[in-house]
Amino acid sequence: MKKKWSVLVIMLFVGAVALSAAACTPAEKKLEAGSNGEIILATTTSTQDSGLLDYILPNFESQTGIAVKVVAVGTGKAIEMGKNGEADVLLVHARAQEDQFVADGYATERFDVMYNDFVVLGPKDDPAKVKTTAGNDAVKAFTAIAAVPSTFVSRDDASGTNTKELAIWKAASITPEGDWYVRTGSGMGDTLTVTNEKLGYTLADRATYSNMKDTMTGLEIVCEGGKLLLNPYGVIAVSPTINDQINADGAQAFVDWILSEDTQKLISSYKINGVQQFTPSAAKK
Amino acid sequence: MQYILDGFVEAFHLIFSLDPEIFQIVGLSLFVSLSSTLIATVIGVPLGILMGINNFKGKRIISRFLYTFMSFPPVIIGLFTALFLARSGPLGQFRLMYTPTAMIIAQTILVTPIIMGIVFNHASNSGYDVVQTGKTLGADRINILTLLILELKGGIMIALVSGFGRAISEVGAVMIVGGNIKGFTRVMTTFIAMNNNMGQYSVSIAMGIILMTISFFTNSILYRFSVGEKYEDRD
Repeated sequence: MKKKWSVLVIMLFVGAVALSAAACTPAEKKLEAGSNGEIILATTTSTQDSGLLDYILPNFESQTGIAVKVVAVGTGKAIEMGKNGEADVLLVHARAQEDQFVADGYATERFDVMYNDFVVLGPKDDPAKVKTTAGNDAVKAFTAIAAVPSTFVSRDDASGTNTKELAIWKAASITPEGDWYVRTGSGMGDTLTVTNEKLGYTLADRATYSNMKDTMTGLEIVCEGGKLLLNPYGVIAVSPTINDQINADGAQAFVDWILSEDTQKLISSYKINGVQQFTPSAAKK
Repeated sequence: MQYILDGFVEAFHLIFSLDPEIFQIVGLSLFVSLSSTLIATVIGVPLGILMGINNFKGKRIISRFLYTFMSFPPVIIGLFTALFLARSGPLGQFRLMYTPTAMIIAQTILVTPIIMGIVFNHASNSGYDVVQTGKTLGADRINILTLLILELKGGIMIALVSGFGRAISEVGAVMIVGGNIKGFTRVMTTFIAMNNNMGQYSVSIAMGIILMTISFFTNSILYRFSVGEKYEDRD
């Protein structure tokens, strides 16, 4: 009797393994859709978290048959991946680093794709009085925060957002340090969660904030709209001279597609809760 | 508090909605962890037994290394595996980065020392007597090995259960070599980490519940095979 039970259990087990392997076939089907190969797109966590790529990439994959493997890391790592040829194409938002990338010969050219903006978030009771004193000027906002000093949460991870944050501190001639300056070393979502818990201030891209607004109950936008808060994105096809595994054709197809008029329109149609998130900015041909 | 309860409620809704993406993620997790545990078993059990029953020079030092590797941080294993599998690395031409194969490789490296270490430990303690008994009964090498595996069954099963438990629940290695790519290499643990980062707690809790249930179920099956049966036999 016990032996029969054991046999049944073994069969159940094998069945579970078979089922799990079968459940993997959607992944294989997706790879089959990549019948024209695949590209590795290195992008930033905030880009992925915004949900834009889930919205527009199926269009690319069905048009070209090229599967896109999106690896979302911090801008710093995305650039490193480009330098090492670990990715075929980059979609990042750190202009200074992008220009340096091209200047150093890792790519032939970078192109404007779209922009969104950053917002300064803070607790609803706004102890640093950013809402009343700063207007849409990020430098004034940061100065007010450091003056108290109120808790400010930084991503501290060489990301595009972090790069922009440091640029604002620099423009304000402030070197942020002390217990009030919290460094998470993490992505945007995580950093927002920490900010919400600590009821502090932070710099975030609008899309990630819009996506997480419902759970960020302690925060609201205290400063937005200024020129310094613009967040332009660039697409860069990694130079095929770095190693012989770079899919240069696939990368070029991606660049062409994302700059095309149809895709630019698609980008502008991406909305979260009815609000457009990205403004297309590719140069008109 | 309300927040957490809401999370659990939405979690149940999500599980019973039978979302195909969730199925795919769960399926991939099982596939990767079961495969790596299987390979680790094939490598680790014979090696562990052989090392355990024989006395050789340096056994103590090697066993110390083995026990250290048993608790090697998964994220470091992921890091080093990635260095090898990256395009610019020595194994770059196989294009393994960001594939389930890479994840299986990393988890096998993680789990093999665990299985080997536990089996080695059991074999060191009880193996010698079994070998001696076998020899006096006139068994040849193969018979002795079979006898060993049968006698050490309990220890071997514990090793498997521990190894699989480690594999299915680790996030560091699969995150680095897999990249958590939607539809390709997203598994339960990386899914939870990502959604937690994004503040989407209810899906994280949902997946967490699934992960724990599967872990419990799989371990119960493995347990039933060995130790469980033995206790019932005693009645």
